[in-house]
Amino acid sequence: MTYNDKISRQFAVMTVVWGIVGMLVGVLIAAQLWIPALNFDVPWLSYGRLRPLHTNAVIFAFGGCALIGTSFYVVQRTCHVRLFAEKLASFVFWGWQLVIVAAAITLPLGITQGKEYAELEWPIDVLIAVVWVAYAVVFFGTIAKRRVGHIYVANWFYGAFILTIAILHIVNNLALPVTPTKAYHIYTGSVDALVQWWYGHNAVGFFLTAGFLGMMYYFVPKQAEGPVYSYRLSIVHFWALIAIYMWAGPHHLHYTAMPDWIQSLGMVFSLILLAPSWGGMINGIMTLSGAWHKLRTDPILKFMIVGLSFYGMSTFEGPMMSIKTVNALSHYTDWTIGHVHSGALGWVAMMTIGATYTMMPRLVGEKEMYSVKAIDLHFWVSTIGVVFYVASMWIAGVMQGLMWRAFNDDGTLTYTFIETIAATKPYYAIRLLGGILVVAGMLIMAWNTWKTMAGKRPEPVPAADPVY
Amino acid sequence: MTDSPWYHGIMLILMMIAFIGLWIWAWSRKRKKEFHEASLLPLEEDDGNIPVEENEKD
Repeated sequence: MTYNDKISRQFAVMTVVWGIVGMLVGVLIAAQLWIPALNFDVPWLSYGRLRPLHTNAVIFAFGGCALIGTSFYVVQRTCHVRLFAEKLASFVFWGWQLVIVAAAITLPLGITQGKEYAELEWPIDVLIAVVWVAYAVVFFGTIAKRRVGHIYVANWFYGAFILTIAILHIVNNLALPVTPTKAYHIYTGSVDALVQWWYGHNAVGFFLTAGFLGMMYYFVPKQAEGPVYSYRLSIVHFWALIAIYMWAGPHHLHYTAMPDWIQSLGMVFSLILLAPSWGGMINGIMTLSGAWHKLRTDPILKFMIVGLSFYGMSTFEGPMMSIKTVNALSHYTDWTIGHVHSGALGWVAMMTIGATYTMMPRLVGEKEMYSVKAIDLHFWVSTIGVVFYVASMWIAGVMQGLMWRAFNDDGTLTYTFIETIAATKPYYAIRLLGGILVVAGMLIMAWNTWKTMAGKRPEPVPAADPVY
Repeated sequence: MTDSPWYHGIMLILMMIAFIGLWIWAWSRKRKKEFHEASLLPLEEDDGNIPVEENEKD
């Protein structure tokens, strides 16, 4: 019996490709916010159409390929068994790429459901559901035929991610199709809003958090060459995190038509979330305890530890922003954009990049990437880029919030809206610079990937012996 | 039923028992060996063996 690494190779390469594409779209729309004329008066290049393309590409194409590819690698290695239903796994790869291409065509054409992070219209939603069920069959089928008694904690996190995304996607997209490009949702009004943010926040909690924690629990110990700091803490971490995340969504709907008690419920659960989030972060970082010197020489570990640090920062910031009085200042400002990117570029992307650099050479029978120096360069370019991005959006966001709520003595607003936009302009330029640096880092990664993988025809790796 | 204060109180107690029970279960001595073996899974090379570091002294 051998491992199926071809599927992980395919996903690993597409992780890098879609990362570059998705982030480039982000750079373009960041530039448009600075210089609006950069949409060239072409409808397909307008901000409103490209922004969902950016979010879909980075979350579902870049993040999705990384999660599916690493999960197949991890589940085989920790179960000592070859992938279940390989033809289906191949369908997951090609089906997922088809979803991404369909998104890249329909979103610029303006075909959208108008639900944030769930913009894709119903035929694509059906395809996603089919691909996702196939993914679940492959993953859980592999667990079922495992040749190791224990199910390693990373697989629990990956499993929770797969199961929950299936439920979230199907429930949030229930709709009545009227034409091939238009469907009407079965929910209306505030119920629709509540379902949408139950979906939206759990996309953060299970796609962008639980899935990447699965990645963290395998690849951080692997790269640090030591077991996770506390395995029993990882089990409490798992159950606490998945039990609490489900209820935090209403914090996206503070001061709306949503009943007050639901808003408070969302806020309280968001505050409680700090505990499991930091438990996981500490568990990840402390895995390096006794091996801190490795940070000096290993840029992959730098990616992982800085990624975990950003995870800690954004999971402190998130509960803080969910407090209603803080939200009154932060909501609808660029502070939210800063928060999201501290999570997405800091945590998700850095963990993905670190895990990919660990996995990629092993997929082609090498010990390490073609150039370790290039990984170090990527780390610094990327980290500086993220700091520029996040810091500029924090400043811009707090400034906007304060300007919007400033009143004169006679009760009129101190600033017009356009004055707040003019004041934000310099920060949009700094954010653009940060984004360009992050993309530059990804281009370094693409070169390194090419050098490491091109032309390699590795022998299949025999599966490890059963352990019960 | 869900409007009753009894319902909320009982649910709260059940959830607390589940949470504390989870800690007790995870921290029990009986699990120690199994968890230790499980925690070594990511360190295995593809052949299932864990490489021994040459310079353990640092």
